Amino acid sequence: MAITIIIASLIICGFLAGIRLMQSPRSALWGNRLGALSMLTAIIYTYIATGHGAPTSTLIYIAIGTLTGFVLGQSVKMIHMPQTVALLNGLGGAASALVAWVALSSSGNKVVFLFTAGLAVAIGALTFSGSVIAVLKLQGLAFRHPVNLKGHGHILRLAILLSLLAVIINSFSPGYSSLTVIAAGLALLAGLLMALRIGGADMPIVISLLNSLSGIAAAVAGIAVENLILTGTGALVGVAGLILTRIMCRAMNRSLLSVLAGFVPTAKKDIDSGDRETLDKESGQPGVAETPEKPTLEFIINDAQKIIIVPGYGMAVAQAQMAVRELVDTLEAQGKEVKFAIHPVAGRMPGHMNVLLAEAGIDYDKLLDMDTINPQFEHADLVIAIGACDVINPAANSAENTPITGMPILEAEKARHIIICNLDEKPGYSGVDNLLYSKLNVTTIWGNASETVPELTARLKNHK
Amino acid sequence: MLTSILIILIASALFGYRIISAVPALLHTPLMSGMNALSGITVIGALTVFISAPAEAAGWAAAALILATINVVGGFWVTERMLRMFKGKKSEGEVETPWQ
Repeated sequence: MAITIIIASLIICGFLAGIRLMQSPRSALWGNRLGALSMLTAIIYTYIATGHGAPTSTLIYIAIGTLTGFVLGQSVKMIHMPQTVALLNGLGGAASALVAWVALSSSGNKVVFLFTAGLAVAIGALTFSGSVIAVLKLQGLAFRHPVNLKGHGHILRLAILLSLLAVIINSFSPGYSSLTVIAAGLALLAGLLMALRIGGADMPIVISLLNSLSGIAAAVAGIAVENLILTGTGALVGVAGLILTRIMCRAMNRSLLSVLAGFVPTAKKDIDSGDRETLDKESGQPGVAETPEKPTLEFIINDAQKIIIVPGYGMAVAQAQMAVRELVDTLEAQGKEVKFAIHPVAGRMPGHMNVLLAEAGIDYDKLLDMDTINPQFEHADLVIAIGACDVINPAANSAENTPITGMPILEAEKARHIIICNLDEKPGYSGVDNLLYSKLNVTTIWGNASETVPELTARLKNHK
Repeated sequence: MLTSILIILIASALFGYRIISAVPALLHTPLMSGMNALSGITVIGALTVFISAPAEAAGWAAAALILATINVVGGFWVTERMLRMFKGKKSEGEVETPWQ
């Protein structure tokens, strides 16, 4: 007993130390490896501890899982990271639900055991079905637009309540297969309903929430099977997911409840990623809109020394990361200083933009978060926004009663000049017109960023 | 047993909260995929229930084991791949110089 507690504490400390190393990009790789090592230790310890009974077949199943996991991890593209994480969340949730399901079928009739095991089945099932829908949406396979059924919210709440009720009844008068199946079925339905009506830009919040739920499912399953390591580690994941959910909600000016309730900021000009991608293909005409009284692009850029680039999801959709990198290289070759301003929701999951830019070979020293970069905009000669709209819209500070009112934004408006490379002049996801577009010190370049950015780079090179 | 489980649950949540909150936004995606791998810890739960599982539930236990292992290995490997791409020129301790 005592030895179990000590070993469990050590393994959880291993995970915590791994996360501690993730606080810096220099040590993060080792943090991940320490986490993997702790995981391996936990598995080996569990295998030995139950060794007298664990059949050899378990090793075969582990081998199958390892191979599949490795192939999956090796083959995914960085742009597809949100759906990969969503998929893995779903698998983890399903595994926890199955563990609790098997435990229910074999042992125990204590109330605590029955309740936690039933709860783990329900949470795991909800995580699984919610994740499946999230993957389909993110991969663009189905439900690209939010689906809102008649009485959606009522059915969702009812499904969750009834599922919980089935779990509770089962804890006091166990009827293993029937009641647990009902609880699981209702939870699956709840997960489907919850994810179906989420819009594209709200995905970072939902992925974070599903991440948290997969941890909570593991923790609750851990209580059921009386496993300290499972409980502690599940709690870590649950907390991490909740922290990220809160950060994403704040950055998007949404409350978690309004996202889950399927509340879309505005219905009139609702543009989500699905629409944007179709637009890319149909009318990706690059065109430079310059009004005569404005100085030429070449002049503006040549005149600038301190430049901040604001990348948005539109850049990622246009796959323009490499083009942006070439632009940065060109600017730096001309002796200019370049920094990136990364808004917390510039992507489809927390921190996604940083990964995409790192993949394009851009130093992480140049990737600055909102709080670091905001005081520096007023000293910048030039801001180049690429596929970013809502996150630089000053309407967030000045306008009243819009979906983005009060949303923290990158203060690009404070720079001396702004160049905006967006697909078109339609507003972003929020549907609020960007106040920057009409300002005198703003030059807009409409078109697909994978064409307009290289064009800009070429003009700079020729000008020199 | 329930007491020690509750203690470890609360302690992990509290320490986790402190340490995870300090991870910079730069690394939030690898953080999430790494935590994602950790949620595959349920692989040890699957191992534990495997032995006591009655014959009719053995298939479910096997499925749990496979899914959880995919979660663990896939999660850690994508995190490894992502973090390998993060490169910086500044040395340890050198901080961002803000424009004045």
